[in-house]
Amino acid sequence: MAVVEDLPEPPGGVACPACAVTPAAEVLARRERAAREVRIMLSVPEMSSAACISRVERALKAVPGVRTARVNLTMKRASVTADPDMLPETLAAALDGVGFEAHELDPGALAATETDRTGRDLLMRLGVAGFASMNVMLLSISVWSGAEDATRDLFHWISAAIALPAIAFAGQPFFRNAWTALKTRRLNMDVPIVLAILLALGTSLYETSQSGAHAYFDAALTLTFFLLAGRYLDHRTRAVARSAAEELAALEVPRAIRIGPDGAEQTVPLADLAAGDLVLVRPGGRMPVDGVVERGESELDRSLLTGETLPVYAGPGAEVSAGEVNLTGPLTLRATAVGADSSLHALTDLVAVAESGRSNYSSLADRAAALYAPGVHILAGLSFAGWYIGTGDLRTAINIAAAVLIITCPCALGLAVPAVTTAASGRLFRKGLLIKDATALERLAEVDTVVFDKTGTLTAGTPRLDAPESHPTEVLAVARALAEASSHPLSRALVAAAEAAGVAAAPVADIRETPGFGMEARLGDDRIRLGRGDWVGGTQNGAKAATWLKIGADAPHPFTFSDALRPGAAAAVAGFQAQGLAVRLVSGDGRAAVEDLAREVGITDWVAEATPVEKAGIVGDLAGHGRKVLMVGDGLNDTAALSAAHVSISPASALDAARVASDIVLLGTDLSELAPARATAQQAIRRIRENFRIATVYNVIAVPLAVAGLATPLIAALAMSASSITVSLNALRVGARKPRPARSAKEV
Amino acid sequence: MDVLRYLIPASLLLGGVGLAAFFWTLRSNQYDDPDGDSRRILTDDYDDKPKG
Repeated sequence: MAVVEDLPEPPGGVACPACAVTPAAEVLARRERAAREVRIMLSVPEMSSAACISRVERALKAVPGVRTARVNLTMKRASVTADPDMLPETLAAALDGVGFEAHELDPGALAATETDRTGRDLLMRLGVAGFASMNVMLLSISVWSGAEDATRDLFHWISAAIALPAIAFAGQPFFRNAWTALKTRRLNMDVPIVLAILLALGTSLYETSQSGAHAYFDAALTLTFFLLAGRYLDHRTRAVARSAAEELAALEVPRAIRIGPDGAEQTVPLADLAAGDLVLVRPGGRMPVDGVVERGESELDRSLLTGETLPVYAGPGAEVSAGEVNLTGPLTLRATAVGADSSLHALTDLVAVAESGRSNYSSLADRAAALYAPGVHILAGLSFAGWYIGTGDLRTAINIAAAVLIITCPCALGLAVPAVTTAASGRLFRKGLLIKDATALERLAEVDTVVFDKTGTLTAGTPRLDAPESHPTEVLAVARALAEASSHPLSRALVAAAEAAGVAAAPVADIRETPGFGMEARLGDDRIRLGRGDWVGGTQNGAKAATWLKIGADAPHPFTFSDALRPGAAAAVAGFQAQGLAVRLVSGDGRAAVEDLAREVGITDWVAEATPVEKAGIVGDLAGHGRKVLMVGDGLNDTAALSAAHVSISPASALDAARVASDIVLLGTDLSELAPARATAQQAIRRIRENFRIATVYNVIAVPLAVAGLATPLIAALAMSASSITVSLNALRVGARKPRPARSAKEV
Repeated sequence: MDVLRYLIPASLLLGGVGLAAFFWTLRSNQYDDPDGDSRRILTDDYDDKPKG
């Protein structure tokens, strides 16, 4: 619920809610002492070339008060340091002047991607492991090709001198992970890895000191190198997704307009608001707090909270909830609940409960590790025991156990999953799907039921005039004249319909908007009105959005609207059905609207007027019957259901809370990529399983050699590199090839 | 085999120089904006005089 409460405390921010009423100047002054300059981040999505970089930077530096400006073309962002009183709007306007659309980003929400420390750390370790393994491999090759006696010993000692510090530095992520797992008495993939590395180093060191023939320094280093490569791929996939998700969140800079005791308007961060403050919400703005309307009349769009498409009237005394959108007139609210107390936040408890069900999903890699780790240890232990009992020679037995551990070491397994997920996520990202969660792909592939939300998900959330041809041209002309003066969604739909029908606006005079009710004007000698039924004299029938036009003394003429389908909605539903999935529609909107839409996109199984709790309940019931549910939704009323589902998708237009709750974010508007995305996910899972099989085949060939005591460092190096490379190449096929035609869910 | 006395340190030294260079590029944020850096070289902003 970053909209309200995930705000970073401003430096020198307010400690207690009551303090917020202290003069704002004092707060400002404190903040100024904390930072003598401000950093402003702007998203400039249209930059594409070298010329753009210079133009944007020059335009920003030309603004008085700007100290430095630097463009990051990869992220399509500009970061500016400026005097403390610099307003982001000034910078955005400056960029607008040179032809670039710019949006302010909330630097707090971007903090994590600012410097990717973990990524840099992994790269550095990868560099060290790569350098060390190349050098040691060079020395090992001369040993394998016949270096003997003093030369061999010298090469082994040099290898040890390189390998020991290199592994001590590069292997730290594995050591840490294995230690955390052992502390909680669990086994993960890192435990056999660490054991293999340490045992290999230990026996090699001992062998070297005894002038032995076999040392595994190169194997230990190559192992570290390949495994680190897998880790880095994994990290980068997640970092890319996280940074894109954070950018979506950062675009909603949480600000509100507070009206001071002297009546002055002041733009403040949401965190500075307190209950009892007067807050101004302009038309088109979202309610920042729960509150009661003090002044002004308007209509509210509640669709993101309840799924209703019909705008609701709000006048003095009406209660409003955070998240609702103000449509027509400016409203002044007296805040009753802010931040953590607001109704937005009440939904988080529901989300937390729903989420606990999903957290026990164990990924394919975890399940493989659970099988693999004990197996490897038992095998190594048995070969040690067997050789010790058979020969009575401790040195031989330990050497063979080490060889078994190195050869079975899950080097290819460590690459098997990240290499595939990187390729598949990259492919889906190019199609506009952002995979936020590491296991979301696996879960998407298992889905057998799809639950859609209606408003804002299957529909675009913008109304469309029903049957424009049924309205007489002269009526439409008058309606267009009135509607053009208003920014109400229904008015805009009327204008669009009239424009499409080629109807020009009639000449009207004295246009006036009565916020919350409608438009009024004069046509010749007649008074004309366009607006709500109760104001114009029409009667609301059914749950359809409607507006009435009254010309003079004539009977009011109704215009009804329905929500326009999102592009690709029907294709998405048909695609899922073709894959053999059950598709349901669960909406908070009225029966008539839901039924119409269900028929239009071809869904037979639909539920209307569902509350957020009922939505989550429906998803929970399906899960209880063993169904794997994909939930697609955008509203606050969907967040609990999104978290309860096996996997969830929300469009980028969704509220931040819904995007946070879902595993996958759809960046574009087109839904038609959803069904192919599931096919890609299934293909990725097939590749992962193939990779596991390839790794197993290598093991089946090499392990008997190792147990029989025939494995040399050369065989270990060959088996390891060959399996890692095969696995990586197999993974790349996900990104390169078209997915096969969709198959039925049963085959998965 | 006396030549090894020079060749091994020389090869390690050269590899080490490469590794140090890689560290330097990492530390000086040269992987933050690969797209932008590859294009900045094409701008003629500071062709006449250095950045002031």
